[in-house]
Amino acid sequence: MSERYDAIIIGAGHNGLVCAGLLAKAGKRVLVLEENDQVGGASVTRSFADGYSVSSCAHLLYQLQPVVCKELGIDIDFAATDMETIALSQDGNHLRLAAGKVTGVSETDAREYGEFIQRTSRFADMLQKYYNRTPPRLANFSRSDLITLGKLGFDLRFGLGKEAMGEFMRLIGMNIYDEMQECFESPLLKGAISLDAVLGTHLGPRSPNTYLTFLHRMIGNHGNASQPVGGMGAVTAALANAATGNGAEIRTGARVKQVVVENGRVTGVELDSGETADSWTVVSNADPYTTIMQLVHAKHFETGFIRRVSNIRAKGNAAKLHLALDGLPDFKGLDKKDFGERILIAGGIDDVERAFNPAKYGQCSTSPVMEISFPSFRDPSLAPTGKHVLSAIVQYVPYELRDGWNDAAREAFLKTTIDTIAKYAPDLPGRITASELLTPVDIEREYHMRGGHWHHAELTLDQFMFTRPAAGAAQYATPLEGLYLCGAGSHPGGGVMGSAGRNAARVILGQEKQV
Amino acid sequence: MTAQQISQKPLTTPFYPRLAELDRLNNWHSWKGYTTPDAIHDAELEYFAVRNSAGVFDLSPMTKYRITGPDALDYVDRLVTRDMRKIKPGRVAYAIWCNDQGQVIDDGTIFHLREGEYRLCSQERHLPWLKAATIGFDVSVVEETTEIAGLALQGPVSFSILRELGLEGIENLTPFGLTHFDFQGSELMVSRTGFTGDLGYELWIEPGKALALWDALFEAGKHYRMTPIGTHALDMARIEAGYIAALTDFLPSELTVRGGRSRSPFELGLDWLVDFRKPNFNGRAALVEEKRKGSRWRLVKLDIEGNKPANNSYIYAKKGGKNVQVGFVTSAMWSPVCKQNIALGTVNMPYGEAGDTLYVEIYYQREMMWTRVMAEATVVDKPFWDPARRRATPPADF
Repeated sequence: MSERYDAIIIGAGHNGLVCAGLLAKAGKRVLVLEENDQVGGASVTRSFADGYSVSSCAHLLYQLQPVVCKELGIDIDFAATDMETIALSQDGNHLRLAAGKVTGVSETDAREYGEFIQRTSRFADMLQKYYNRTPPRLANFSRSDLITLGKLGFDLRFGLGKEAMGEFMRLIGMNIYDEMQECFESPLLKGAISLDAVLGTHLGPRSPNTYLTFLHRMIGNHGNASQPVGGMGAVTAALANAATGNGAEIRTGARVKQVVVENGRVTGVELDSGETADSWTVVSNADPYTTIMQLVHAKHFETGFIRRVSNIRAKGNAAKLHLALDGLPDFKGLDKKDFGERILIAGGIDDVERAFNPAKYGQCSTSPVMEISFPSFRDPSLAPTGKHVLSAIVQYVPYELRDGWNDAAREAFLKTTIDTIAKYAPDLPGRITASELLTPVDIEREYHMRGGHWHHAELTLDQFMFTRPAAGAAQYATPLEGLYLCGAGSHPGGGVMGSAGRNAARVILGQEKQV
Repeated sequence: MTAQQISQKPLTTPFYPRLAELDRLNNWHSWKGYTTPDAIHDAELEYFAVRNSAGVFDLSPMTKYRITGPDALDYVDRLVTRDMRKIKPGRVAYAIWCNDQGQVIDDGTIFHLREGEYRLCSQERHLPWLKAATIGFDVSVVEETTEIAGLALQGPVSFSILRELGLEGIENLTPFGLTHFDFQGSELMVSRTGFTGDLGYELWIEPGKALALWDALFEAGKHYRMTPIGTHALDMARIEAGYIAALTDFLPSELTVRGGRSRSPFELGLDWLVDFRKPNFNGRAALVEEKRKGSRWRLVKLDIEGNKPANNSYIYAKKGGKNVQVGFVTSAMWSPVCKQNIALGTVNMPYGEAGDTLYVEIYYQREMMWTRVMAEATVVDKPFWDPARRRATPPADF
């Protein structure tokens, strides 16, 4: 590999692939280096038991940006779209939420819910535009920064209107708990929405800016979930095809040991194998901390910047549960067709907050809350005939367990989780033929995300937009010449969205100013 | 605050018993909490000792940090603006360090004690910044201010005194060199450094041997008219040498709140300390940008007419026949050795190029009566006092 690439991309996660695809489409010679043997990062489908496959990290699709699909010409086959959300009640009187409507609650709650979703969707639509743009710098403005800021101000004031802007400003830093208390009566409804707000974060419903994390999920498809045929790996397979179709070269099983820096700028990368690849542009899909501190080195940056990078908060608190089942379990109050929907175990909003309490002090929830799906119900290719897969995101499971992670700790939490589900489906334990629990430590190891945090950096206001992941690197370029970030740690954050990869490609191609 | 709450007693240095014994004025002040003399017996005479014989200054309160570890060189090289790869073991570097905005946090000296082992000395304390700078480096930074006592021996006869003390080979020590000696079984480090712009040395020893060193030094210097000096005399000497002082001529950037109150190295006339050939150091990007766009301030040395010290004066320039205020004086004195009325000040760019004429508005009081003069001042680019003996190796014998 002696020829120089126009760009080398570290990591074939969905953002890395989007970035590669768009750079290649613009005629650039692109090399993508992926440590795992499979592309996709945290958007992958893999086997976890003989004959059983699952989307082994992210498992439902909410936010994939249409503009990304359009520019790369990809078309995803869906096994399910606009899935219903069922919030389980132990008495079998479940809530059903879909397309801005809720059943199983009072008339007032039903009306309020419609308004809540409508209002949040408006905010989401307004923000979506800025999710697909480079955030402006707040110091040392350039012309394009001023234009973006001006447009943002204009959209806030005149797009939303005076009253809605006031609401937006009131809500954006608020916690979901207070908003739920203000809007609804039904504990189950409040619990369901608050669980959506905190999924994948180290935040509880009472933590600051959990309204923002809820809003984040709404961007793209207003919070409606879809299930791609073949699992989430199908999305990244399509992105990888688009990238190679545009001429990008993708190598798997190729771990980058370090980014090579000469005379104050990036000149390429060195692989674990000792091979090197040259490029003036290296784009990292890895999380910002790993990129700056490990793949490069603090000595190539200034102290203030390094201090900010080292303070990026990214401690995962969600586990991933995979169960192989010899048949569908019996959930009280659920029909067979309901297994194709999205099922929440949250209880009331206080149950979600209580589930978070132990995790603050390094212990697992004793009554975890979770999002469950049975992907094999809609997509039989994922399990042997007649058999099923349960996939769940389970909270709260701290990355830094007080007594350290080991097999016994993992087994104990697996049992807690199964027992929790069994309260709703007593026959579940008897149907399990294989199981896998990925703690944040396992997620970090398998997907190379610091802290096992799927946003790469906690999604909070201090790590949002202009300061995501940290001032000095919020516009995809880092202070080190030739080094760019394109992952979930950059604006706008995690979720299989593709925006960070696309925005980074546009910065590298110098296209941003044309908007 | 109640008497019980005032629990922190003033600190004293290991040399304090001797200073207290010699003191005739009872003029003390606090230097970072340490009881430090303004002057011992007569500030002017102490100053004249520095220029004509030798003065001894207790610099134990200087903040000292020990920097060690495999990445020590990478660490100090990224920290400061000059190229530390050129500072070999046994050498000392005057250096400044900046924040990411290219604003000076402080100046100080970095002693390369042994391979990969450094000591940083500064007037102010900087542990939070120095610790932050360790992130990502295999390096240890430990404050060791109380673990080393220091004496500055400054003046034309300082070399002769050290030879008298029995420091063999001291004649070979070049400016900004350091070397180690055995002193009563302890390690005595001697560096040819100082804050007076004259021939001089600094002596560093463990606190337990401080009084023994003092006594031996004063025994060796008894025929050389050596005298202990206070801060006042040292301050006079450093102004003549054109050396800047933190909190006087500039504010450490970490202490400023308002924009434009901190200073870049260029704004302090320290361009020579900034090495852009280094690919990275704290503040580099901002300083490259400043070079391109121009600085806001300039530090000037002023030769002022008359003999009234221009302390705290405004500086004016003639513009269109009118005097416009362009800056202010930060340090000023009548220089006995130069027979000049001198000052350090800061002016807005582009004023204050060498050779320019500026004006300082001096207020002075005589028997309670205030008088104001507008004195002409010439900007000079060389230090007011820079004798050849400062650099001579071996130094002249007395």
